[in-house]
Amino acid sequence: MIIDHPLLGPRDSSEFTYLGDARLIDRPDPDGQDAAAAFYDYAYLRDNPAGWHRELWFHEAGDRSWLVVTRNTLTHEISKVELASDVARVQGRSK
Amino acid sequence: MSQKNRIEGGQINRDVSLNFTFDGRRYSGHAGDTLASALLANGVRLMGRSFKYHRPRGPMTAGSEEPNALVQLRSGALQEPNTRATTAELFDGLSATSQNRLGTLSFDLLAVNDRLSNFLTAGFYYKTFMWPKAFWEKLYEPVIRRAAGLGSLSLEDDPDVYDKGFLHCDLLVIGAGPAGLMAALTAARSGADVILADEDFAMGGRLNSETLSVGDVSGVDWAAGTVAELAAMPNVRLMPRTTVIGAFDHGIYGAVERVGDHLAVPQAGKPRQILWRIYTKKTVLAAGAIERPIAFANNDRPGVMTASALRSYANRFGVAVDRRAVIFTNNDDGYRSAEDLHAKGIRVTVVDPRPDVSVLRDYEVLAGAQVVDTMGRLGLTFVKVRLADGSERTIECGALGVSGGWNPNVHLTCHQRGRPRWDDGLAAFVPSDLPTGMHVAGAAAGDLSTAGALAGGQRAAQDALALDGAMPPLPEAEDAPVNITPFWYVKGDGRAWLDQQNDVTVKDVRLSHQEGFRAVEHLKRYTTLGMATDQGKTANMGGLAIMAELAGKAIPEVGTTIFRPPYTPVAIGAFAGRHRGAEFHPKRLTPSHAWAEEQGAVFVEAGNWMRAQYFPRAGEENWLETVNREVLATRNSVGVCDVTTLGKVDVQGADAADFLNMIYCNGFAKLAVGKVRYGLMLREDGIALDDGTAARLAEDHFVVTTTTANALPVYRHMEFVRQCLVPDMDVQLISTTEAWAQYAVAGPNARRVLEKIVDQDISNEAFPFMACGNVTICGGLRARLFRISFSGELAYEIAVPTAYGDALMRRIMEAGAEFEITPYGTEALGVMRIEKGHATGNELNGTTTAANLGMGRMVSTKKDSIGAVLSRREGLNTEDDLRAVGVKPLDPAQRVPAGAHLMAAEGPVDAARDQGYLTSACYSPNLGHHIALAFLKDGANRMGETMRVVSPLTDEVVDVEICSPHFIDPEGERLRA
Repeated sequence: MIIDHPLLGPRDSSEFTYLGDARLIDRPDPDGQDAAAAFYDYAYLRDNPAGWHRELWFHEAGDRSWLVVTRNTLTHEISKVELASDVARVQGRSK
Repeated sequence: MSQKNRIEGGQINRDVSLNFTFDGRRYSGHAGDTLASALLANGVRLMGRSFKYHRPRGPMTAGSEEPNALVQLRSGALQEPNTRATTAELFDGLSATSQNRLGTLSFDLLAVNDRLSNFLTAGFYYKTFMWPKAFWEKLYEPVIRRAAGLGSLSLEDDPDVYDKGFLHCDLLVIGAGPAGLMAALTAARSGADVILADEDFAMGGRLNSETLSVGDVSGVDWAAGTVAELAAMPNVRLMPRTTVIGAFDHGIYGAVERVGDHLAVPQAGKPRQILWRIYTKKTVLAAGAIERPIAFANNDRPGVMTASALRSYANRFGVAVDRRAVIFTNNDDGYRSAEDLHAKGIRVTVVDPRPDVSVLRDYEVLAGAQVVDTMGRLGLTFVKVRLADGSERTIECGALGVSGGWNPNVHLTCHQRGRPRWDDGLAAFVPSDLPTGMHVAGAAAGDLSTAGALAGGQRAAQDALALDGAMPPLPEAEDAPVNITPFWYVKGDGRAWLDQQNDVTVKDVRLSHQEGFRAVEHLKRYTTLGMATDQGKTANMGGLAIMAELAGKAIPEVGTTIFRPPYTPVAIGAFAGRHRGAEFHPKRLTPSHAWAEEQGAVFVEAGNWMRAQYFPRAGEENWLETVNREVLATRNSVGVCDVTTLGKVDVQGADAADFLNMIYCNGFAKLAVGKVRYGLMLREDGIALDDGTAARLAEDHFVVTTTTANALPVYRHMEFVRQCLVPDMDVQLISTTEAWAQYAVAGPNARRVLEKIVDQDISNEAFPFMACGNVTICGGLRARLFRISFSGELAYEIAVPTAYGDALMRRIMEAGAEFEITPYGTEALGVMRIEKGHATGNELNGTTTAANLGMGRMVSTKKDSIGAVLSRREGLNTEDDLRAVGVKPLDPAQRVPAGAHLMAAEGPVDAARDQGYLTSACYSPNLGHHIALAFLKDGANRMGETMRVVSPLTDEVVDVEICSPHFIDPEGERLRA
């Protein structure tokens, strides 16, 4: 596969390490009322869709960016590649 | 008997004679021959024995789809089994042997299997060898493996070199027949970067095997001229002897180039084969078509082959398989074979099951007739034909060409799960949904005429590259329509072979259907139809057609099995490339590696690093003696250990302390500048991830260390937290593992050694336990000093830029000479940390929590950190949780095996009564007996208890006492000295 890195352009997927569901960005509030349940959900319950999936890839043999790659797990088509830090900010993460 | 079947014509170079041997007999052929064509020229049709029944077999094709003529090439370590004689390019000195026989090829003792064929039908193994169970491994399997099979391995290391390479282009053209050549020419003339790959050593594809003309020259000359034009263009890379084996995601293709297979020895400095990864924007697949056979009784004798193969041998190689030939065809292309053979002076009779075909030809045509049987023990001698009127006639001949029609070569179009579409006109599958960027042209697309191929090639290149404007006119070429009446097999009682590589007959398919294996994928597994080296290239269609007939369905309703890469078999060596033996993965050496070698160190691999394991000295009888000496010398005076391999991460920025608070379960915000703290990282599920130290060199600057093995994953995890969870923190990370060489100097005399090297005051007052800082050494070289201890002794770790590592190690040895400083390796390091009760990967094993490790109180509840919430889960905090303990044998002479389990002192021993397990064990030279670290249920409250250590693997039971894991200096006085 080829991943179109937003800063570096198209790179072979062998340069990357795969993590999984991009929902891992949405780490629950540790002080929330149902923190234990929310963290259980966060750590263990992930979707495994046959089709479009937003997932985290790490450019380990490259610039060490974490990327959010929108990939179709059936066809390996990639429709979007974003910097994970941009996605995280949009989703309200800060410090 | 020199090349008695050689006839005039062909593209072999008769000026160059090549000598070779087959099964020890000497033959000669010419440059341009394949092993198969040269053997046929010498009158050798028998080239192998079949897989299951050991039936005599000869080549069925003249290409890579060959199921039968598999031979072993070369000998000794270079021996290569299962090579197709039909693609093996002849070279001088080639030695080949037949395979899968007991005795000689012409008298194979295992041919007895053929007499037992009534018992050896489809599913035979499954049905027969089920009982008794133990017989399978001990008796049945070895016997079956001996009797059935293909070639054998040399069992020696492959001395050949294989390489891998990467190529990029605008257009990859696969196949250099008329369609591929025209596509490549069209694209190249437009200025595009073109790669043209073809599995054959001579480009031209089918044109090389035909007598057709293209424009006003022969097809052969047109191909040669076009190849020459392409070769002269700088934007074209021609890759003959290159098989594109797979179409992968996003325009990536795999290809194997046989660089040296056609040479006796690969050229100096060149590999035998190269596995290319080709990145292309667009692809034109022009892989041609494969002629398929018709099944009839005894259709597998040497001399029976596809009609187009007979034609190839005659036209391209100047070989008449026999002077008398029969062509059995259900389509008009069979007549082209007949005409070409006839023109070469071969007496031909055509047998055509279609009743209404014209018999007005220059050769005999038997319309409405079928071949019903053949004769000839080791090669075809007679063909039995049932004529239109039902009478039978026997024709004496040594060559029978069969044509059941042509299958477009859709293989690569299916690698992305594309399913081909049935075409009634061709009675064959044609490409349907294609991998992104792929265009198909010529016979592969179902355009079986030369004119269709030329036009298709041009159009495909135009479409692929979006070329506008008028294209130059195409040369004139034959444009014969396809006339075919599907005909798959001749009804009768004899064994009619569908898959000759796997010895699958029409009857086997029928039996499979009868026994309920009706899905095409089940048929394949049950009968093995379409398996092994040829993947059923000539067999699958016949099997499908018979399945369809039995099920009363149309062929497209039955479907096809899935084509998967590789297109043809690839040597494992090509996949491995240079990644083998010591080069399997990179080897990392620390800056003082050469010094360690000089000391005679024995090395061990750790996270790709070569670490000194121990430093044996003359007179020491075993490693334990060496390790004991290193441990005692360190504990009694001073030792030095290379700890460069520990992961180092530089953490800088205004929010650096907050960041460490996030990744470590214990607090770091209040760590003073100039201090080091032990830190434990958890995974988000509350399990320990890694441990190490963080040293605060400035308000906004920390140096984090990780274990050697986890350097990469921990860094990856830290970047995940930084970028994905706290993107606005002012913090930057960089791995500096390779930037600094680091040495641990440990033992009561450690300070005295380092005082001679470090420029600053490092007294206990000025530089106490857990101090750190930037220092200078040797009169000005910048260095970092940490007063941390893994061994439990007074110890320092000193780091210098990598380039000075070797010099510093030598300097430390010099300075320590008066204290008899002793270098120690990872074994002594391990002993000392077990004596001290320090955890490593054995304890942080992916299942243990901070509480298990006895560090539960370290998990701060005053702040958030990764893993904190889930570490408080009820299930991880029960009363009888595992706790880290020490274990010592009651009998000091006994050893305690690591990995063993803890059981109560009395009572039965079983998994239900398991109390815990040993993680690390060693002999402690300081205590004079073995010791171990363990996890024990409620271990903290069981000190002094007597238990049993049980190791079913090594059959050991040892009585032990549970004790503190801190065997040496539990109060920590030594490290604070």
